[in-house]
Amino acid sequence: MRYRLPVLVLAAMCSGACVAQQDTQKEIERYRQLLAEGNPADLFEARGEELWKAPRGPKKASLEQCDLGLGAGVVKGAYAQLPRYFSDTDRVQDLESRLVTCRVTLQGFTPGDAVKNPFSAPGRSSDMEALASYVAAESKGMKLDAPLSHPKEVEAFRIGEQLFYRRAGPHDFACVSCHGETGRRIRLQELPKLTDPKDARKIFTTWPAYRVSQGTVRTMQHRLYDCYWQMRHPQLDYVSEASIALEVFMAKYANGGEIQAPGLKR
Amino acid sequence: MADPMRIRASMAGDKVEVRVLMSHEMETGLRKDANGALVPAHFIQNVTVTHAGKTVLSAQWGTSISKNPFVHFRFKGGKPGEKVTISWVDNKGERRTDEAVIISG
Amino acid sequence: MKILLVSIYAALVLIVLNAGCAGGVREGGPDDGARERAESVFRASFTHGNREMAAKVDKQDEVQELCTRYRNEPPKELAEKIESTQAAAVRYPASGKFLGDWRQGEKIAQDGYGLRFTDPDAKRPNGGGCYNCHRIAPAEISYGTIGPSLYRFGALRGAGEPVQRYVYGKIYNSQAYLACSQMPRFGHNGVLTEEQITHLVALLLDPESPVNK
Repeated sequence: MRYRLPVLVLAAMCSGACVAQQDTQKEIERYRQLLAEGNPADLFEARGEELWKAPRGPKKASLEQCDLGLGAGVVKGAYAQLPRYFSDTDRVQDLESRLVTCRVTLQGFTPGDAVKNPFSAPGRSSDMEALASYVAAESKGMKLDAPLSHPKEVEAFRIGEQLFYRRAGPHDFACVSCHGETGRRIRLQELPKLTDPKDARKIFTTWPAYRVSQGTVRTMQHRLYDCYWQMRHPQLDYVSEASIALEVFMAKYANGGEIQAPGLKR
Repeated sequence: MADPMRIRASMAGDKVEVRVLMSHEMETGLRKDANGALVPAHFIQNVTVTHAGKTVLSAQWGTSISKNPFVHFRFKGGKPGEKVTISWVDNKGERRTDEAVIISG
Repeated sequence: MKILLVSIYAALVLIVLNAGCAGGVREGGPDDGARERAESVFRASFTHGNREMAAKVDKQDEVQELCTRYRNEPPKELAEKIESTQAAAVRYPASGKFLGDWRQGEKIAQDGYGLRFTDPDAKRPNGGGCYNCHRIAPAEISYGTIGPSLYRFGALRGAGEPVQRYVYGKIYNSQAYLACSQMPRFGHNGVLTEEQITHLVALLLDPESPVNK
């Protein structure tokens, strides 16, 4: 077993370069707090609430009977307990995958149509982003408590764990390449160590979020899709089994964190 | 025609708090596309917000306002049920007007 | 002094505990089943996009597979084996010249283009994206900290032939020097050309490069 020599215990004492780094961090944090006062995600929440109640699809039904894990139509607190196993579909699902299920079963969309347009693009809004914003906001302030007891939840965790470390592609990247150490950043974007609850609890719970660089709310499905884009992988399938497995893996370390979604990010 | 603005107008104490997200590319005219050609300037130049016939906000924008501008402001004198109207005109003469009903806080 | 000793002791205890725990995966252990199932889940989750790219990532090469299995901390003997096989695979410039043009090197270091599913084929050379992870020239403050700072790299080490050879080799195949390094194997995996790498070597070592001034 190879041991890495510890970064000096004196890490607690900050040298010049370290202080400069912390100043950069502080300034970026201050800038973000100033922005947070008017989060455009509020507008997506409002639209999401309308969409939840709007009769849509071949069955002209609303999503108000959708079961997000706490019973049909219970939205408050549901996001705090996702992802989880659902007996009606006999699989582990996250928020977006569950919304897709309800679009099919309640509103009558075909599975193909129910997954169309998950991510908005110039000139084309996505209903999913609004719905996710609304549902997530209804868990704001609650502690994430995604279950890890059902055998399929445990299996999803183990698969997510394997995927997290899976190195591939021309850059040899895995999730761990960026998310395996504390206190690192890519360019000026801080990176959480996703297997450290200290980081995971603060960051995982800020999704979905309005992303300034994208000009829209982006969800966890988009975050994973975007990560794989950077990792020189092809397009991750929307609500694929891999995406949910990774979310279950991350949620385990983020459990206990306070949900601050929808958040605001670059 | 651009995407509709997302608007929310609600009471915050005795003021109306308005949040608007406009959908607009806001090109500065300095950016180059993938082929190296300059993308022509295309940005909102004027924003007017009215309530009960009065202008409550008037703005003249330039190229430093970023894509999909978000505006958040408060004004006095509005009540729930009344309308707030927001209009913009860009440098190409394109325009957009949307309105929202004030809801209680 | 006492506090320092207690802290060092505590740190060592933590290291020992962490080493024993969930961190690493052992070969032939209970995770093998999960790994196979994960591979099949992976393949089934990239089916609607770019087929060529999917075919490439569906398979891992031997190093990627080992580094995945050992979570980037392979046992000593295996690490040495990886380093020697990767070192043997480094292709040095035919001209024997390691130092290119640092100005081009700076451009390559800034450029993150290439090999993403939105980057059109062969339209433009790939970039190295070096600033994503490293501090390099002092004028660029938007740098990452995933890798160590390379500022003053040549000034601190000199720019003799052995250093040039090392820098070239490190960029070409980082795992020739550190098994399971997180740094992409830029030359080995065909991300950057030999010529592009020589420009990066110059960026780091040329006394005229801003990195060394």
